[in-house]
Amino acid sequence: MIIDHPLLGPRDSSEFVYLGDAALIDRPDWQVENAAEAFYDYAYLRGNPAGEHRELWFHESGDRSWLVVTRNTVTHEISKVELARDVARAQGRSK
Amino acid sequence: MTQGNRLSGGQIDRNTTLSFKFDNRSYTAHPGDTLASALLANNVRLIGRSFKYHRPRGLLTAGSEEPNGIVELRTGNRQEPNTRATTIEMFEGLEARSQNRWPSLKFDALAINDRFSNFLTAGFYYKTFMWPAAFWEKLYEPMIRRAAGLGSLSMQEDPDECDKGFRHCDLLIIGAGPAGLMAALTAGRAGADVILADEDFALGGRLNSESFALNDGAAADWAAQAVAELSALPNVRLMPRTTVIGAFDHGIYGAVERTGDHLASLPAGKPRQILWRIYTKRSLLCAGATERPIAFENNDRPGIMLASALRTYANRFATTAAQRVAVLTNNDDGLRTAADLHAKGVKIAAVIDVRPDAPINHDYEVLRGAQVSDTKGRLGLSFVEVALADGSIRTLECGALGVSGGWNPNVHLTCHQRGRPVWNDDLAAFVPGTDLPPGLSVAGAANGAMSTHGALRSGAEGAMKALDLKGSLPDLPAAEDAPASQTPFWYVQGCSRAWLDQQNDVTVKDVKLSHQEGFRSVEHLKRYTTLGMATDQGKTSNMGGLAIMAELAGKSIPETGTTIFRPPYTPVPIATFAGRMKGKEFHPTRLTPSHHWAKERGAVFVEAGNWLRAQWFPLPGETHWRESVDREVRQTRASVGVCDCTTLGKIDVQGSDAAAFLNRIYCNGFAKLAVGKTRYGLMLREDGMVMDDGTAARLGEDHFVVTTTTANAVSVYRHMEFVRQCPFPDMDVQLISTTEAWAQYAIAGPNSRKLLQKIVDPEFDISNEGFPFMACANITVCCGLRARLFRISFSGELAFEIAVPSRYGDALMRRLMTEGEEFHVVPYGTEALGVMRIEKGHAAGNELNGTTTALNLGMGRMVSKKKDSIGSVLSEREGLNEPGALMMVGIKPLNQEDKITAGGHLMEASGPVDAAHDQGYVTSAAFSPTLECHIGLGFLKNGGARQGEKMRLVSPLTDVTIDVEIVSAHFVDPEGERLRA
Repeated sequence: MIIDHPLLGPRDSSEFVYLGDAALIDRPDWQVENAAEAFYDYAYLRGNPAGEHRELWFHESGDRSWLVVTRNTVTHEISKVELARDVARAQGRSK
Repeated sequence: MTQGNRLSGGQIDRNTTLSFKFDNRSYTAHPGDTLASALLANNVRLIGRSFKYHRPRGLLTAGSEEPNGIVELRTGNRQEPNTRATTIEMFEGLEARSQNRWPSLKFDALAINDRFSNFLTAGFYYKTFMWPAAFWEKLYEPMIRRAAGLGSLSMQEDPDECDKGFRHCDLLIIGAGPAGLMAALTAGRAGADVILADEDFALGGRLNSESFALNDGAAADWAAQAVAELSALPNVRLMPRTTVIGAFDHGIYGAVERTGDHLASLPAGKPRQILWRIYTKRSLLCAGATERPIAFENNDRPGIMLASALRTYANRFATTAAQRVAVLTNNDDGLRTAADLHAKGVKIAAVIDVRPDAPINHDYEVLRGAQVSDTKGRLGLSFVEVALADGSIRTLECGALGVSGGWNPNVHLTCHQRGRPVWNDDLAAFVPGTDLPPGLSVAGAANGAMSTHGALRSGAEGAMKALDLKGSLPDLPAAEDAPASQTPFWYVQGCSRAWLDQQNDVTVKDVKLSHQEGFRSVEHLKRYTTLGMATDQGKTSNMGGLAIMAELAGKSIPETGTTIFRPPYTPVPIATFAGRMKGKEFHPTRLTPSHHWAKERGAVFVEAGNWLRAQWFPLPGETHWRESVDREVRQTRASVGVCDCTTLGKIDVQGSDAAAFLNRIYCNGFAKLAVGKTRYGLMLREDGMVMDDGTAARLGEDHFVVTTTTANAVSVYRHMEFVRQCPFPDMDVQLISTTEAWAQYAIAGPNSRKLLQKIVDPEFDISNEGFPFMACANITVCCGLRARLFRISFSGELAFEIAVPSRYGDALMRRLMTEGEEFHVVPYGTEALGVMRIEKGHAAGNELNGTTTALNLGMGRMVSKKKDSIGSVLSEREGLNEPGALMMVGIKPLNQEDKITAGGHLMEASGPVDAAHDQGYVTSAAFSPTLECHIGLGFLKNGGARQGEKMRLVSPLTDVTIDVEIVSAHFVDPEGERLRA
């Protein structure tokens, strides 16, 4: 596969390490009332779609960016590649 | 021996004669021959024995689809099993041997299997060797493997190299027949960056095998001219001897180029094969078509071949399988074989055409509406029995029979991304469907354009479309444009021992049995009978099996469906996939800064991930590793030892949020760590399990150096980047791995400070008061060399770790050894390191094994509840905090001589020994020279409250049971007085 890195252009997928669902960005607040349950969902429950999937890839043999790659799990077509940090900020995450 | 079956013409170089050996007998051939064509020229029809029944077999085809003509090539350590004689390019001195026969090809003892064929039908192995289960591994499987073998491996290391490479192009054209050549001409003339790959050594495909003309000349001449024009174009790369084996994601193709297989010996340093990864913008599949046989009784005798193969051997290789040949066909293309062989002077016994209205020929007899009912000949075909249209039987004498059942487009690569071929009624064949791999289109016979004109035209059109070229089609050479005309005809009614898959010995009878026993879907049929599961992936057999299954089920072939193909298109040696990544080059080797010095000292090395680390340093006279290790431990604890710990991961953490960041990644607190201090840190996974441990040294308000274990250096760094970029994207913190930048040595033992004081520059106070336990500082050593000093200890002794820039690592180690002479300094390796950390009760990789929590390690209280850190919430789960949870303990044998076994389980002193009564297990074990007995660390239920308890340590695997006592994990200096000395 080829991943079109937003900063570096098209790179072979062998330069990357896969992590999983981009929902891992949305780490729950440790102080909310149902934190244990929220963290349980966060750590263990993932969607497993046959189709578009937003997932985290790490450019380990490259610039060490974490990326959010939108990939169709049926066809492997990649429709979007973003810096995970931009995605996280857009979702309101900060420190 | 003379080449008695040579004909006139052909594309072989008669000016040069090559000699080769088959089954130790010498023959001659010419450049341009394959091993197959040369064997036929020398009147050798019998080439091997079949897989299951050991029936005599010869060649079926002239190409890579060959199921039968499989031989062992070359000798000694270059011996290669299961190579197809039809694709082996002849070279001087070639040696090949037949396979799957004993004692000889002509007399094979296991041919007796053929007599028991009634018992060896589909599913035989499943049914017969089911019981008793233990017999399968010990008796049945080895027995079957011996009987049903293919070639054998040399069991020696392959002296040749394979390589890997990368190429890019606008258009990859797969196959250089009429469609591929015309596509390449069209794209190449337009200036596109083109790669044209073909598995054959001669480009041209069927053009080299046919007698008809293109324009006014021979088809092969036109092909040669096209190749010459393409060779002159700088933007076109021709890749003969290159099989495109797979269509992968995003326009990436795998291809195997056989750069050296056709050479008698490889030039030094050159690879034998290259595995190419070709990145394409567009690709055009021009893979042509494969002729399919017709099944009839005893249709596997040597001499019975595809009609198109006989034509290839005659026209291209100037050879015939026999002097008297018959042809069985259901279509006009089969008639070309008879015409071409007749023109070359071969006697045509008759053409057996299943069509009642077959065209009549005046040069030889055509038996209209006739079928082959049986064949005869012990080691090769001698007679064909023909059932004539009127029901009578006629026997024809012939040494070869060409069979043509129509053509199947080579759709294989179109299926590599789960595309499904679709049925075409006109061709009575599957053609590529619409769900092709993105960027791939198909032209020529592979797409159902069966005539030469059709192929040329669709090749040109395909290239124009792929590259979005405007304008009219280029001029095409005048070529035959015969319509594909055939009557679907798959097998002769009433036959049973009629072979469909010759490589896996699957007959019509087996397909019927599969249907009868309920294995009726194509996928079940394939697996029950093994039809199409041999190395040829059923290129010549699948369709016949499908057609018979469809007929038995009363369905049409498209209703029955087809199996699809997966990479590789043809078999690829594992060596080609490995390339140069073998032996020592399987992964990179990382050497520590003290490696060369350690090697001079005669160190024994151990692999730790990619690193090579000194395991111990034997002295002259030491005969057992334990002697060296025990000495290293004793001498370190008595005076001072030095160990290279560079391999531990080092991560530089800087930024105004550095402390807050460490608070997140470690479960214990770091915000209040003073500058100039180091702290042990425990890192959890989000699920609450321990991920890794290490230290973080605060060198400045905004600057920390984090260490990780050697094993987890890469994954911890990846995790830290994740935390920084994903959940907490606005933290002002930067990370960089500095593992290789600093050489780091542990200096341990009561004299470690004295030794260091000899090299640390005098302005730095490293006394116990000036540089207490857990201190850290930037210092200089040896008159101004910058260094980092940490007062941390893994051994339990007074100890330091000192880091200098890597290029000074070798010099520093030598200096430490020289300066340490007065203290009898000893270098120690990873074994002594391990012994000392077990003696001190420090957890390491064996304990941080991914299933343990901070609580298990006795560090439950370290997990701060006052702050957010990765894993802190889930570490509080009830199940991980039960009162009887496993806790780390020390284990000592009651009998001093007994050895603790890592992996052994702890049981009560009396009572049953079973999983239900399991109390815990041992993770680490060593002989402690300090305590002079074996000791261990492990996890025990409620272990914190069980010190002094007598238990049994049981290791059923090694059949050992010993009595042990549970003790503190801190065998040495439990109060930590030495550390603080």
